[in-house]
Amino acid sequence: MSKSKLTRRGVLKTGAYAGAAGLATPIIFDGSVWADGHSGFTNAPTGDTVTLGFNVPQSGPYADEGADELRAYELAVEHLNGGGDGGMIPTFSSKTLDGTGINGKKVEYVTGDTQTKSDAARASARSMIEKDGAIMITGGSSSGVAVAVQALCQEAGIIFMAGLTHSNDTTGKDRKANGFRHFFNSYMSGAALAPVLANAYGKDRKAYHLTADYNWGYTTEEAVVQATEGMGWETVNAVKTPLTQTDFSSYIAPVLQSGADVLVLNHYGGNMVNSLTNAVQFGLRDKEVNGKNFEIVVPLYSRLMARGAGANVKGIFGSTNWHWSLQDEGSKAFVKSFGTKYGFPPSQAAHTVYCQTLLYADAVNRAGSFNPCAVAEALEGFEFDGLGNGKTLYRAEDHQCFKDVLVVKGKENPTSEFDLLEIVEVTPVDQVMYAPDHPQMGGAEATLGECNPGA
Amino acid sequence: MLGLNKKDFQLLLIVAVLALLAPFILNPFPEGSGLAQFNAGYPDLMQRFVIFGIFAIGFNILFGLTGYLSFGHAAFLGVGSYAAIWMMKLVTLNVIPAILMAIVFGGLFALIVGFVSLRRSGIYFSILTLAFAQMSYALAYSVLTPITGGETGLQIKATDSPILSNLADGEIGRANLFGMEMGSSYLMNVGNWLFTFNAGYYIAAIFMLISFYVSIRIFRSPFGMMLRAVKSNQQRMNYTGLNSRPYTLAAFVISGMYAGLAGGLMVAMDTQVGPERMFWTASGEVVLMTILGGVGTLIGPVLGAGMIKYMENIISKINDNILHQWFAFMPDGIEDFLVTIIHPFIGKGWHLTLGIVFMLVVIFLPGGLVEGGQRIAGWFGKGKKADAEATDTDAGTKPAE
Repeated sequence: MSKSKLTRRGVLKTGAYAGAAGLATPIIFDGSVWADGHSGFTNAPTGDTVTLGFNVPQSGPYADEGADELRAYELAVEHLNGGGDGGMIPTFSSKTLDGTGINGKKVEYVTGDTQTKSDAARASARSMIEKDGAIMITGGSSSGVAVAVQALCQEAGIIFMAGLTHSNDTTGKDRKANGFRHFFNSYMSGAALAPVLANAYGKDRKAYHLTADYNWGYTTEEAVVQATEGMGWETVNAVKTPLTQTDFSSYIAPVLQSGADVLVLNHYGGNMVNSLTNAVQFGLRDKEVNGKNFEIVVPLYSRLMARGAGANVKGIFGSTNWHWSLQDEGSKAFVKSFGTKYGFPPSQAAHTVYCQTLLYADAVNRAGSFNPCAVAEALEGFEFDGLGNGKTLYRAEDHQCFKDVLVVKGKENPTSEFDLLEIVEVTPVDQVMYAPDHPQMGGAEATLGECNPGA
Repeated sequence: MLGLNKKDFQLLLIVAVLALLAPFILNPFPEGSGLAQFNAGYPDLMQRFVIFGIFAIGFNILFGLTGYLSFGHAAFLGVGSYAAIWMMKLVTLNVIPAILMAIVFGGLFALIVGFVSLRRSGIYFSILTLAFAQMSYALAYSVLTPITGGETGLQIKATDSPILSNLADGEIGRANLFGMEMGSSYLMNVGNWLFTFNAGYYIAAIFMLISFYVSIRIFRSPFGMMLRAVKSNQQRMNYTGLNSRPYTLAAFVISGMYAGLAGGLMVAMDTQVGPERMFWTASGEVVLMTILGGVGTLIGPVLGAGMIKYMENIISKINDNILHQWFAFMPDGIEDFLVTIIHPFIGKGWHLTLGIVFMLVVIFLPGGLVEGGQRIAGWFGKGKKADAEATDTDAGTKPAE
């Protein structure tokens, strides 16, 4: 028995070509069954279609993000196959996408539910690889899931295009040769926010952190602490809060006694909605400490969170990967195309997965092959523009996209339920750049390893 | 034979044959046909069937025999998984030592939890076990992050070099059994059908058969009789001067070891652990599996496990797009109408579908799927109450050839 990874469709079709219909033809898997250059890797597409696996949370705490991601994926497939108005394909700086699918093959897709659990996500991804013959897996709305599925894809020899995952680890200490991330990360949030905060609130501030007690919380706290301390702020205290906490009043009360004048909420999703609401209800924002107005900061913002927290987000700073109110050609085209189909503007989660799908398709076209190693090579060091974030680089050393980061703030007078955030500053990419062996990214030990084509 | 009476031996034989032929039985539809969506014969799901089968068999030894309802069994599964992955990261990539360690640690942890929890019975016992499990989950998720990897969990990395395995620098280790990788498969093409024989699945299936055999022996032993006595009237037992706690504790530890074994096998098949494996919903799931299949029956828990895992993995992957393909032959209006009707039950709605099935089973078949099988057997005039016939009912999971 050989070192096979499964390629059910590939084998089935090879078997059929051998003219063995009706006969039992056992095939022992080794690389030698493949003859031409378009084979020799897991799930090599043999027919005139290619299958992508969209693995998103359809239930659990991030189901809203998952639903929006799925909408964007469907839109991307439609555009790749030549349907609709083409979305960002015309504005994308690389011109290999022509509406004929990927590499001339029509795009099909399968979907799965990660339930925001790494076990369920891996089960779903394995079924896509083993049963449906998916050539690429993409999705995920939490870093734990992204890291778990990325490791699986590395093992199976499949490309993983990460969706919404903000933790440093995904392209830091847990980076993998077969995994790619377009979304920004904790470090970039810290680096982009710090100067804006120093401008708005002064360089002589005392910060108090409340941090969700898991990996994403840790990396975000570390990033924001380092970046703000670099600006001259002082960190008074950093307290971990359980992820399942819904009432944060007992954590907020000590903040006032600590002498701090800024509260940083390293929370995401429902956590952030609750902690921010509690903090505002306690009247923190009307207080004056050390002769300064008390301020609250939320490092990672999303529109869905802003909607949950309602009026409490007004005037509160945070960072985001992309926002639909951006006025460049790519963003406008995407918002128009998404809005026409679904009737409301896309979230940042929808944007990042749409970009990832296009980037993958384009990389395959440029490489001329679906082989994961060829695709990885095409993506590494790839510079592009026109996907809504300005000039962007897919860095070869850690497979992280480097692009401008948006610093946003809750809008004082929202005009609709989608118009909750306003862009304060677009932090240029140079300010959020870091070395691939940065200590927050796993240091010198973190490596991508070897690209694995499977089969 | 093997110390079993004829009926039990037949049952064991039937389970063995089903497990052996699972790649055929679970793939009844040809590739490329519309119904191929319902095929379950791919390695990941087949492995899950038998692993969760083991988990449920073990749970049934406690719940089915003694009536003690543990709401924290996932904790033992998780502890076993962590033990196994550390074994692979540090000592050897061979799965056998990892699985043994998983059983040992699952048992040890069950001993501690059982020692405390079994001082109470009924609902208080359930709450205590639930508390322990949630505590373990919370510890694994955050406090013990250096050991458990926190939310991200643990995987085998390129930087891991187990002492007994020779890995090239930067090579990511893979779980194996004396050199045979768990992921390796032998594919067989018959016409349009494709059958996958996966090494990992057969190893897990062998463990399942051993577990099943041990479970039959326990059910038929004097020890098993003692456990049944605990279920029917523990007070009376105590009044006769018997101390029942050693028996219940033994049952608890045994079922903890089963859970540990299941956890170890999960790591062996897919080398990754995350804390949500210990979350209370995972503990609840094994309760559902056992009740769905039939509490206190031999084969029931395995059927229940298969049913739930089938729903989770197959129903959840059907999306509107696939529905439109199925109903494409109908006029547009009817097609859209049908898709709208079915939409809430597929994809993310698989929980809903499972809930309905569970309610129907509990209301109409209080004895679980096994009772359904017995009724069908009764209709055919066989009149025998053989557990084995129950396998026929699970048509969704294991369609006949």
